[in-house]
Amino acid sequence: MTTTAAPAVGSALPRVDGLDKVTGRARYAFEHTPRDALYAAPVQATIARGEVDRVDATEALRRPGVVAVVWHANAPRLAPADDAELAVLQSPRVAYRGQYVAVVLAETPHEAREAARLLHVEYTAEPHDVELRADHPKMYRPAQVNAGYATDEEHGDPDAALAAAPVVVDATYTTPAEHNNPMEPHATVAEWHSGGLVLHDSTQGASALRRTLAALFGMPPEQVRVIARHVGGGFGSKGRAHPHVVLAALAAKQVGRPVKLAVTRQQMFAVTGYRTPTVQRVRLGAEPDGRLAAIVHEAFEQSSTIAEFAEQTTVPTRMMYAAPHRRTCHRLVRLDVPTPSWMRAPGETPGMFALESAMDELAAACGVDPVELRVRNEPATDPATGLPFSSRNLVACLREGARRFGWAGRDPRPGVRREGRLLVGTGVAASTYPAYRAPSAASVTAGPDGDFVVRIAATDIGTGARTALTQIAADALGTAPGRVRLEIGDSDLPRATVAGGSMGTASWGTAVVRACHALVAELDRHAGRVPAGGLTAEADTGEEIRGQEKLARHAFGAQFAEVAVDADTGETRVRRLLGVFAAGRIINPVTARSQFLGGMTMGLSMALLEESVMDREFGDYLNHDLAQYHLAAHADVPDVQACWVAEDDPHLNPMGSKGIGEIGIVGTAAAIANAVHHATGVRVRDLPIRLERLLEHLP
Amino acid sequence: MRPFTYVRPGDAAEAVAAAAAPDAAYLGGGTNLVDLMRLGVATPGTLVDVTRVAGDEIEELPGGEVRVGAAVRNADLAGHPLIRRRYPMLAQAVVAGASGQIRNMATVAGNLLQRTRCPYFQDVTKPCNKRNPGSGCPARDGEHRDLAVLGHSAACVATHPSDMAVAMAALGAVVHVAGADGPRALPLPGLHRLPGDHPERDTLLRPGDLITAVDLPVLPMAARSRYRKVRDRASFAFAVVSVAAALEVDHGSGGPVVRDCRLALGGVAHTPWRAEAAETALRGGPATEEAFARAAGAELAAARPLPGNAFKVPLARNLIVRTLAGLVEGSS
Repeated sequence: MTTTAAPAVGSALPRVDGLDKVTGRARYAFEHTPRDALYAAPVQATIARGEVDRVDATEALRRPGVVAVVWHANAPRLAPADDAELAVLQSPRVAYRGQYVAVVLAETPHEAREAARLLHVEYTAEPHDVELRADHPKMYRPAQVNAGYATDEEHGDPDAALAAAPVVVDATYTTPAEHNNPMEPHATVAEWHSGGLVLHDSTQGASALRRTLAALFGMPPEQVRVIARHVGGGFGSKGRAHPHVVLAALAAKQVGRPVKLAVTRQQMFAVTGYRTPTVQRVRLGAEPDGRLAAIVHEAFEQSSTIAEFAEQTTVPTRMMYAAPHRRTCHRLVRLDVPTPSWMRAPGETPGMFALESAMDELAAACGVDPVELRVRNEPATDPATGLPFSSRNLVACLREGARRFGWAGRDPRPGVRREGRLLVGTGVAASTYPAYRAPSAASVTAGPDGDFVVRIAATDIGTGARTALTQIAADALGTAPGRVRLEIGDSDLPRATVAGGSMGTASWGTAVVRACHALVAELDRHAGRVPAGGLTAEADTGEEIRGQEKLARHAFGAQFAEVAVDADTGETRVRRLLGVFAAGRIINPVTARSQFLGGMTMGLSMALLEESVMDREFGDYLNHDLAQYHLAAHADVPDVQACWVAEDDPHLNPMGSKGIGEIGIVGTAAAIANAVHHATGVRVRDLPIRLERLLEHLP
Repeated sequence: MRPFTYVRPGDAAEAVAAAAAPDAAYLGGGTNLVDLMRLGVATPGTLVDVTRVAGDEIEELPGGEVRVGAAVRNADLAGHPLIRRRYPMLAQAVVAGASGQIRNMATVAGNLLQRTRCPYFQDVTKPCNKRNPGSGCPARDGEHRDLAVLGHSAACVATHPSDMAVAMAALGAVVHVAGADGPRALPLPGLHRLPGDHPERDTLLRPGDLITAVDLPVLPMAARSRYRKVRDRASFAFAVVSVAAALEVDHGSGGPVVRDCRLALGGVAHTPWRAEAAETALRGGPATEEAFARAAGAELAAARPLPGNAFKVPLARNLIVRTLAGLVEGSS
């Protein structure tokens, strides 16, 4: 064993796969081409509800290079799916426009696409309902919401407390449907051999995907292998299986040849999930000094008719502030729309937009500084569970942010700062995200040359996980990062949880540390000598995580924004964005900063630009490409800064870290909307903050 | 996409001959046409690459006009010293459009002839009178936030997406065309047409017509001109509304007076919209914000906004007033 002078954790180790990525050596899913592979071009439903009557493949099959057309009448049968979204080509029913109804397989992608264009599909269409309204008659109470949270929660008597409160804010906020749009579109290469299935897939979780596919095809999990060595982003949309994965595997099985399927950007707006639109009513009752007596937060959301996905929008409100009387609830309506799913910080992102906008409205109503208002409502223990927080440094984030941003002496009056034709203002919002961990396993092998190989079915979706785990392993082994090689992104490796819920590093890192410590003990037993065949140790964290101390574990943050609004046109541009976070120990300051900045940029994009527009007549998301669905461009993000406060929390995991992949987005949209109000005096409660929502109200 | 034949003619005459095929299309930078082919919106059987025959130079003519070859890349147009000095609104308009990569590829003629970005036009699974005449216009009752408020018809509410063409319309640029019957010239904004009952026709060009050059007239006041584009994000977005304006002001004892002006709007109609009513109202009148607002009102009186784009009318008014006011400040 060697001993290093400085720990690797906390150092700015450059990405260990950076060179591979910039030189093109890193292979993404679709870059794998098995011999004899066919290319798949999926065909999507052009009705929002009804049935496929007939597929006429005559013309398509006459095209050069076309090998097969698969649809529900000739597709292999699957085992019943827990997630009906995955019962691909199993019935003639169409549940939403854009659902896969057939797939064309050809020798080249061009031949496949042209034949798909010519495929004749006949439908019986039924009237569709695609419009989310809070008063929709089919609103219902789901049994639970995403991540297993209770649908409703109530403490005290919120109605009486609201009625008695000297100051009341009662406002309704809406957020639109938003699509994840990672840089790498979803892609699957499926190959069957000797009864087994191998998938190269752009997924956030190889182990979970293996289980899902094995169940659908009625096989033991060991006969499915999912490989995802490099993934170009996901933001949750690659966290669970979507129909294209099943379609590729099904098609490959049907024709007995490997199949490559690349989901197009346009298809992603129907088949790979999105954030539900929300309608949220928030009521705050407070004393004149801003101390909260009551919070009521109700969310109305949509899911598809075939799958229930209920975003946990009001869950963060349960633990955020110390109001003795609270009610939070979720109602859902099943519409003829694509199935929503996870998108960066599901729950927190839309929910905290509403809550933190309402807090800003309360600050104005009480005449209390918005930073101070949040400090005054800081709880001593977790209001949701009564448990102590493992650490809670929201106040430190707010104070440090205020100092760095130059908040002191801010004139609270809205609409009074002009620079020529520009109206200028500043805003703040708080952020939070839970610090979860899920069971994972890892193994580590010492080689006779003094190098180590760590194996875990983790995924690096661009976050820097491969680098962070290298650092974690190096310290646990007492060696230098250069002696540690990570093998990840393969379901044949020890089972690991998904890269989601901001829990990848915490979950995988725990398993890696435990395996490394076991290996060190083993090496000690061998007096430090590694046998010729190497020495391996394994660990599984299931028991450790199930037995962990009951505490409220959350990361916190505060975002500050400065905006300029053109008084003639209503155009809003963000001039400065600052985020300060308390997220335990930071493993790698460079990759961590990228995560925070990326989240905040996505929050800026959400505040000003992103909206998937439902086409009521046809029932699909109309603006289904990146020319029409606007994401922030570089020019929209002139100055975005992220930093963190020191936080030593021994109750988390061996690294002392909290997840950082999602918290950056959480408060950002509210901070910007609050800054727009400060600039203009106009409270925009409906995202995105388009110019027409400001124009007629500007001074 | 549909398989196609690619040909690269040696000169304009050969190009026009090659384009006589019924399903032929000229290919410039391909930044719009290739997208539309991939979407199945355009299905040409023959692509006639004219990037080497349509002229790629910018030169001053003996009379002082500036001739811009049809195959000049947008980035080269925006960066040319003659354009920057004499027609700043044109340089600003080009730079305001698309992205650096697209401007490096897109040609002047291709920019003039780009198709609407109406979402229904771009989706072959939905009706659209422009793409499929007689099939209907879902935008009128559907999503039309970015579509026309002026000059639209029951059949079509599409907008022309170009920034460059708006500045050229304000300048009164002349488009030179080689056709089967020989060369002819079309002054902007007369190249493009309103949708009427035939929204499938964007322009007055006849099949096989090839744009060879665009002449920019001698217009001294254009040396102090401006293009101002309102857009949802700071780059790489089409205009919500835009204005190209040039103003010549006399600073007399009775206050500044408009001697001459040029004004065109983008993002509001099926064509780049030359604001002639506003120009008439402005000429000879006071160069004040009140007069600018009256002139804008005169132009926008014809607006027939739809429920989802009514905001474009006050937005265009504000933009006209502010842009002209800015030019007055710059002229004193």
